[in-house]
Amino acid sequence: MTHAVTAEGLRKRYGDTPALDGVDLAVREGTVHGLLGPNGAGKTTAVRILTTLLRPDGGTARVAGFDVVRQAADVRRSIGLVGQHAALDEILSGRQNLVMFGRLHHLRPAAARARADELLARFGLAGTGTKPVGQYSGGMRRRLDLAVGMICSPPVLFLDEPTTGLDPRGRTEVWDAVRALVAAGTTVLLTTQYLEEADQLASRVSVVDAGRVVAEGTPDELKSALGGDRLDVVVRHTADLPAAAAIAGRVTGAPGDASVDLDADARRVSAPVRDRSAALPEVLRALDAAGITVADIALRRPTLDEVFLHLTGARNTTENTTGKAAAG
Amino acid sequence: MTVTAPEIPRTAAARLRWALADGWTVTLRSLHHWARTPGRLVAALLFPVMIVLMFGYLFGGAMAVPGGGDYREFLMPGMYAMTMLFGIEATFTAVARDATKGVTDRFRSLPIASSAVVLGRSVADMLNTVLGLAVMIVCGLAVGWRYHEGPARAALAVGLLLLLRFAFLWVGIYLGLTLNGPEAVMAVQILVWPVGFLSSAFAWTGTMPGWLAAVAEWNPLSATMAATRHLFGNPGAGGTTWVAEHAAVMALVWPLLLVAVFLPLSVRRYRRLDR
Repeated sequence: MTHAVTAEGLRKRYGDTPALDGVDLAVREGTVHGLLGPNGAGKTTAVRILTTLLRPDGGTARVAGFDVVRQAADVRRSIGLVGQHAALDEILSGRQNLVMFGRLHHLRPAAARARADELLARFGLAGTGTKPVGQYSGGMRRRLDLAVGMICSPPVLFLDEPTTGLDPRGRTEVWDAVRALVAAGTTVLLTTQYLEEADQLASRVSVVDAGRVVAEGTPDELKSALGGDRLDVVVRHTADLPAAAAIAGRVTGAPGDASVDLDADARRVSAPVRDRSAALPEVLRALDAAGITVADIALRRPTLDEVFLHLTGARNTTENTTGKAAAG
Repeated sequence: MTVTAPEIPRTAAARLRWALADGWTVTLRSLHHWARTPGRLVAALLFPVMIVLMFGYLFGGAMAVPGGGDYREFLMPGMYAMTMLFGIEATFTAVARDATKGVTDRFRSLPIASSAVVLGRSVADMLNTVLGLAVMIVCGLAVGWRYHEGPARAALAVGLLLLLRFAFLWVGIYLGLTLNGPEAVMAVQILVWPVGFLSSAFAWTGTMPGWLAAVAEWNPLSATMAATRHLFGNPGAGGTTWVAEHAAVMALVWPLLLVAVFLPLSVRRYRRLDR
């Protein structure tokens, strides 16, 4: 299978701070590849290098078969970029934006207008008329942004945190649009700090932390690497949580308290299990013997969230840094 | 339907054609802005008119004009040049907004010549300036300003004004690529004023203390003001310093110098966006 995006040993420093410290990537054609990491991990820097906006200090990268430094013009012809901020003209209407960017892709005027109408319809924006983009909702802007990125059906599309700041409905709208693009054969490199997003969209994920790829694989592989399934127990009374955690840890043979998660708000204990078939009835029996009332109990695959915390050492995941150099 | 991007042009002529076409697309964008936000356009065009009325009628009576000439005859060439100066703010704001909103990055990710974006900006801003200057000239004629040296010299004066605006275009582009954030916009909006006032726009330098008159006469704006006053046959041309005596030359030298400094700086700044 051929690769639409490859990178070897990409390096980039901002002053004394290394943003990328030797990143390798290989994105297969026609797939969604997730670049997952906390703020400041280097995701946006990687995307900016791959889209020719930034020159790497070291390493090489090819997009759609072209070198991002030496054949930048060819790369630009082969890509669509949807950055973190909807890069649209807010005074113009959606259609005027699409026509303008279509013209900048060197479509003839009539072709640019036809393409604009087609994309407006495809992204559910046909009814927006002459309304300026400045008055669009967040989800509408993002969809228009995607539409602009798709004007010339680029073989490779870069999406840099496409759903940041969107409400759940807007997020679903964008996800549906991305799925439709991939179904039509586009390769997508997606950065995200939402683990659910990578899980939903990406067939492979590279976990990035501090400018390096710390793990790579399918979402399932990454989850398996963490040690298989987890057992969730929700107790009726919050006071029972510590006891339930101790029991769950003992019965499942979890090595130490660290791997047993406690969520007081949800009254939930979560422990990794090795033996799927035995764990659930045993834990249930032990809890019953201790007089703990169970509200819910279930076996499940670990979330990418847990994989992520495990791999990146739980750093920075709740921080929200702003600023170009720091973000991503 | 899938649409395929046309091949990248490989010859110089084809590249030039693309750059011109793309530049025009970027210009059209600004023209669409005028059509979609006419209120903003009208406000921008009428702002210098308001200043003419304010100075011409409110302060005009107290102003000394060399040779006892009419103050509004003296004021208008100053205001024409001031209108060129206000253009810095327009260019700066547009460039800075595109940079912060990510539009500049989107342009840079497209298969277009980097010169096209700047070209489009220049044409749009110059068209806007021509419109603004036309409004100001009508305003001038309405308040009693006249050109006395014939249409050819008046046209030459307009040419000098547009040259000054072209120089300020590059100052605006450079500032827009270098500074960003609302504070920077505010700073530029405010700093335009002392630069404008420290010239011969509103007051004859003959009424100023010697050192201040020298500062005002060395202001590049004053060279254009003095030269256009001369060409229009309005009072107030000339002065005591060397620059004032060579205003016609300096009205060419200053703008060309500004272009010579800020054009390469802007290009360098744009190229370095990938660092």
